[in-house]
Amino acid sequence: MEVVDALAKACEVRPGEAGDAVQGATPAYVAAPAAVAEAAALMGTAAEHGLTVVPRGAGTKMHWGAPPDRCDLLVDTRRLGRIVEHAAGDLVVKTEAGLALDDLRGVLAGAGQQLALDLLPPGGTVGGVLATGVAGPRRLLYGSARDLLIGITVVRADGVVAHAGGKVVKNVAGYDLGKLFTGSYGTLGLIVEAAFRLHPLPRAAAYVSATAAGPGQALQMAQALLHSTLVPAAIEVDGPGPITVAALFEGVPDGVAPRAEAARSLIGGRIGDAPPGWWGRLPDGEVLAEVRALPTALPDLFAELPDGRARIRGSAGRGVWHVALPADGAGDALTRLRRHGTAVALAAPAGVRLDRWGPIPALPLMRRVKDQFDPGHRLAPGRFAGGI
Amino acid sequence: MARLDGLAGRLREIVGAESVITDPAELRTYDCDGLTYHRATPGIVVLPDTAEQIAAIVRACAADGVPYVARGSGTGLSGGALPRTDGVLIVTSRMRRVLAVDAANQRAIVEPGVINLDVTRAARPYGYYFAPDPSSQQVCSIGGNVAENSGGAHCLKYGFTVNHVLACEVVTPDGEIVELAEGPGYDLLGAFVGSEGTLGITTKVTVRLTRLPETVQTLLAGFDTIERAGEAVSAIIAAGVVPAAIEMMDALSIEAAEAAVRCGYPPGAGAVLIVELDGPASEVDAQFARVKELCGEAFEIRVAADDTERGLIWRGRKSAFAAVGRISPDYIVQDGVIPRTTLPEVLARIDALAREHGVRVANVFHAGDGNLHPLVLFDGAEPGAGERAEEVSGRIIDLCIEHGGSITGEHGVGIDKAKYMPRMFTDEDLDTMQMVRCAFDPAGLCNPGKVYPTPRLCGEVPGRRTGVHPLVESGKADLF
Repeated sequence: MEVVDALAKACEVRPGEAGDAVQGATPAYVAAPAAVAEAAALMGTAAEHGLTVVPRGAGTKMHWGAPPDRCDLLVDTRRLGRIVEHAAGDLVVKTEAGLALDDLRGVLAGAGQQLALDLLPPGGTVGGVLATGVAGPRRLLYGSARDLLIGITVVRADGVVAHAGGKVVKNVAGYDLGKLFTGSYGTLGLIVEAAFRLHPLPRAAAYVSATAAGPGQALQMAQALLHSTLVPAAIEVDGPGPITVAALFEGVPDGVAPRAEAARSLIGGRIGDAPPGWWGRLPDGEVLAEVRALPTALPDLFAELPDGRARIRGSAGRGVWHVALPADGAGDALTRLRRHGTAVALAAPAGVRLDRWGPIPALPLMRRVKDQFDPGHRLAPGRFAGGI
Repeated sequence: MARLDGLAGRLREIVGAESVITDPAELRTYDCDGLTYHRATPGIVVLPDTAEQIAAIVRACAADGVPYVARGSGTGLSGGALPRTDGVLIVTSRMRRVLAVDAANQRAIVEPGVINLDVTRAARPYGYYFAPDPSSQQVCSIGGNVAENSGGAHCLKYGFTVNHVLACEVVTPDGEIVELAEGPGYDLLGAFVGSEGTLGITTKVTVRLTRLPETVQTLLAGFDTIERAGEAVSAIIAAGVVPAAIEMMDALSIEAAEAAVRCGYPPGAGAVLIVELDGPASEVDAQFARVKELCGEAFEIRVAADDTERGLIWRGRKSAFAAVGRISPDYIVQDGVIPRTTLPEVLARIDALAREHGVRVANVFHAGDGNLHPLVLFDGAEPGAGERAEEVSGRIIDLCIEHGGSITGEHGVGIDKAKYMPRMFTDEDLDTMQMVRCAFDPAGLCNPGKVYPTPRLCGEVPGRRTGVHPLVESGKADLF
């Protein structure tokens, strides 16, 4: 039987086209399972035929990570778009992986609830956010996807469906595979369902933003907010030229107003209902990197930037920033940034030669995890750290 | 045990003779953790001082194919630190230095034997504390918290240990020392925390510190019935309030607490709720007023005026487990989780189960997150009573699974609940989880027999891959 016929027994499948290419690798087939059972059958068939598999949600971050060594089968998850269960009274939601986060947001808002994950870039799916582990400003208060995920269903490389966690927030039974899959770029299995803890939508919000005279003052402002008892949901910095520090306060109207006033007395600037224009957006640049360092390393990071077209934006409270760099000299800039922490090039133009990942302390263990989950190295081969 | 004799000699070379215990009487001191009805006298106990020593101990065990178990303070309630008679117990209690408090970056670096509350004591002068607060926090160790992903009354708002650990230095079952942290690559840290000592031994932990709140408000509400208390909990959550803690006790557990510590809870209450809010004063004041309204069905509400009164309110709750000893010679502490909204139904079913089997069940729980701690009372001197209590305790776990919950919210699976894992997870789920085990510990020597009822056969023990440049292999270089 032709491979395409075998795949078609599992779910909708079509030949790949140039527009389906993942960083230059055009898939032979594009399949779109509409149920977990279809996804399992599809992955089983792919295993029988030794196909390499790359998952895709809305496709907003396919240019992140290294290019795949090969891509025989692209799995489009968007037909896995159902909300499986929204237990509003339990502040829990379980969804399929291809659900657009914007659609989920609308449903949850109807119940006065939210999944407290900032979506950047816009338009992504549940599965895509998990696979890349990306998070935005409110990671300071709510954590990132790994902290909000309470259960996961995956289809393994061999087509077996497996679950971990559950649909209660407090649960320590078994290994937390959800955290392992978060940020794994499709290299361990296909994420098909996820359950999250939810939070009430705040009844009021206020932003306080101020301009810093330089990196040192930006750090002082961020530290003043961080060590206050005002509990900001986010402390963000954006710069250079000029450097802005901004904080978000969420809560009840009677609580937010005095907290925002107190924050302004710490850092100056102004209070507004809307965020600064750059808030919650990735900085524009040819190379996009995620940098993690101690919050107090902020001035050092600014000092390592090449002159001109580079930008730092992110959580001055948590010490996780997105950095945009010009392609020319990006490798050197990453090397300098790594003096202070870790720096991963999420996206880089084709042909730019650089070390995307930097040193990876536990790489041998990671390779062994990969070997267990995907012994044939067929899942998103080459896209991940260490060439995994 | 000739094999262990030879190993004991090598362990003495690693840590010194005074840090290796082989005397049978002394070994018995370590024969259980906080779950005392599982006992096994360890073959050897070793008390290392450094990560390098632990790495050498693990390598020596691996060379001889001897299993080993790590233990902190031994307060765990699932038998996770139960030793092996044919193995080595590695006790981390001498590694108790707070290495750094970095308040500017909201973190501290501690050794695994450091007591949970000592992290808070070290951080408090800077205005910070360590948020995870298991009720054993005066004695339990951070290494144990990491192994069990410990929670506590305040994890409703603040999360569990895994949300407060930024990095762990770990001795792997290969005997290598590696740093697991958020950064490039898989979130091995997230998989390691809560793995109950089966993936390696943590030797240094970087924890997140949390700013002490501006204000804390605590109330105690007495209700006629447990249903009314449950309705108040639902109303608070539905109103969009996220309290730091919501705890509930039923009449029998109140009776026990009164007998033990005379906590002075409202007389005649069918249930009491403790609700605590913390944060900025302006937020807490507004939310606390709302919570008081939502507890309108209570026949009495007491608000703590200060820390002393807060301590009195909490004293009854915190003493509840031990207090049950005042009203029953023996008891089993259960730890299960249900979706919070199923609380009334599950409590009614527990009540029916108790009547059916002629045993008493005292209910104490973290009501905000549906984490039940039913205490099944029995008299071990009465023939068959222990078995009946065990039966009821197991049936309560079945109720949790049936309602979409979990077999453990914070005590862990350990040796005690491994048999329940196939009720909550499919064979495929368990097999998949054990792939992680096989990656870390293919020989199955690191705390074997815990968490999973049947170990996965890991196949060929993977050695180092050939043909990869050593610098790439070690993570020092990687070019694409």
